[in-house]
Amino acid sequence: MQETTIDPVISVKDVVVSYDGRRVLDGINLDIRRGETMVLLGGSGSGKSTLLRHIIGLERPDAGRILVNGIDLATSVQKDLKRIRRSIGVAFQNPALFNSMSVEDNVALPLREHTELAESTISLMTWMKLVVVGLADFGSHSPRDLSGGMKKRAAIARALALDPEILVFDEPSAGLDPIVAAELDELILALKHAFSMTLVVVTHEMPSAFRIADRMAMLYQGSLIEVGTKDQLRSSNHPRIRQFFDRVPDEVVKNAVIDSYFERYLKEGLQ
Amino acid sequence: MITSVLEYLGNSTLRHLEYVGGLTMQLRAAAGSLGQVLPVVGNRNRWRSVIRQMLAVGVDAFPMVGIMAMCSGFILAMQGASELRQFGAIKLVVDLVSIGFTRELGPLLAAIAVSGRSGSAFSAEIGSMVVTEEIDVLRTMALDPIEFLLAPKYLAMLIALPCLTILSNASGILAGWLFMRFSTEMALGVYLRDVVQAIALRDVVTGLIKSLAFATIIVQVGCLEGFRVRGGPDAVGRSATAAVVKSTFLVILADLGFTAIFYLVGK
Repeated sequence: MQETTIDPVISVKDVVVSYDGRRVLDGINLDIRRGETMVLLGGSGSGKSTLLRHIIGLERPDAGRILVNGIDLATSVQKDLKRIRRSIGVAFQNPALFNSMSVEDNVALPLREHTELAESTISLMTWMKLVVVGLADFGSHSPRDLSGGMKKRAAIARALALDPEILVFDEPSAGLDPIVAAELDELILALKHAFSMTLVVVTHEMPSAFRIADRMAMLYQGSLIEVGTKDQLRSSNHPRIRQFFDRVPDEVVKNAVIDSYFERYLKEGLQ
Repeated sequence: MITSVLEYLGNSTLRHLEYVGGLTMQLRAAAGSLGQVLPVVGNRNRWRSVIRQMLAVGVDAFPMVGIMAMCSGFILAMQGASELRQFGAIKLVVDLVSIGFTRELGPLLAAIAVSGRSGSAFSAEIGSMVVTEEIDVLRTMALDPIEFLLAPKYLAMLIALPCLTILSNASGILAGWLFMRFSTEMALGVYLRDVVQAIALRDVVTGLIKSLAFATIIVQVGCLEGFRVRGGPDAVGRSATAAVVKSTFLVILADLGFTAIFYLVGK
């Protein structure tokens, strides 16, 4: 198996997270390889956003470890944590642009804070990032003046500012119309090809997931029920995955499970 | 019945201890980051932010603090005069106003005005950044919210509030002269000479020391309330209210403590 020998850039080991006694993540194990696009799938409340917040080091797990480039986020010293955070760009679901600054100041902020570059270099680099996401003409605008899709693209430009090794997206297409969402998918793919970054994308939009993913991981009630390539997931027989892919409401699945149970029970009873 | 009372007492004690603990930890982190916001030796972006905050907290509050102090000075002079006149000691109004303001009213009025204006503004600003995940963005950018947001406000307040206190002292004392001018036609020169005789440098210094403590309380409570916002816009509103109520309460409590200490030491 050639795949297992590739060193993982992010490694999640036996991670357990509880809120108020409820297990939100229950023993998650996941390796994300260098240069791949990993899509974390799951319904609302499946724990996928929680997993993402732990991967980017915003929270510490109750048990287990998360290694980014071999460094444990929970036990690393402040200096290492800062270095790791600088190597991860994050585009949040709610784009969370700083409303008190213009779009270009939003993108320039990480450069101004973490580099000693001259202001002219910073403005050139900022402009280049805005060109990449197609917002070159909107640098001087306030984030308030942008549409939903443009805000997301501006947030991506800001996440790209420090040329991160890993780029993380939380629900990139949430709240966007299908055309803008598809444009965003193409942008993500273009970025991946242009910068050969490792991408982690949380979503529940199936078309988008299949468009951009190399591999997918399916979360259900805090556990990973399947990790594999697009084809592996597409051909999976796991009832939850089938339900998710076929957009079947919960009640029907329960009936199907009960039906199959009775069928098996009757068959085994007859034999 | 008894257990539920004990339970209530225990819970509320724990809650208050937890709050004080949070405040102390935040204060320690803020004090540790103060070096970063200093001019020349610190980060120049932070110093710029300190200047912006000083304008918002200090300069913009000048008219409000000045007018509040003048009104209070006039009130104090009138109230004092109506009693002192009976003993033919109206000249003591000068002592009453000048000592009253330098020791007590000057720092307290400035702190209450600033806690209402800026304590709530701090908590609303940080609280809405929590709600819109901007604080998370800062952390993922490897920017410490304490250093980035709190420390500039803290330094700005440590500079601005003593300045406002001096303004408040001066306005109050000036109002005392206006009263004396109308009631006894006292000349400004005479009034100022009497003021200088009445107040001691120690009174002014203790007032300024108090104002540093008040500045700490207002910034730390305001920012802690902001950082603790959970939920939506309604939580931001509640945190702004809590910031004003708690910081005003703590400012008066600290004032009591300081005055008691200065009283005992000076006896």
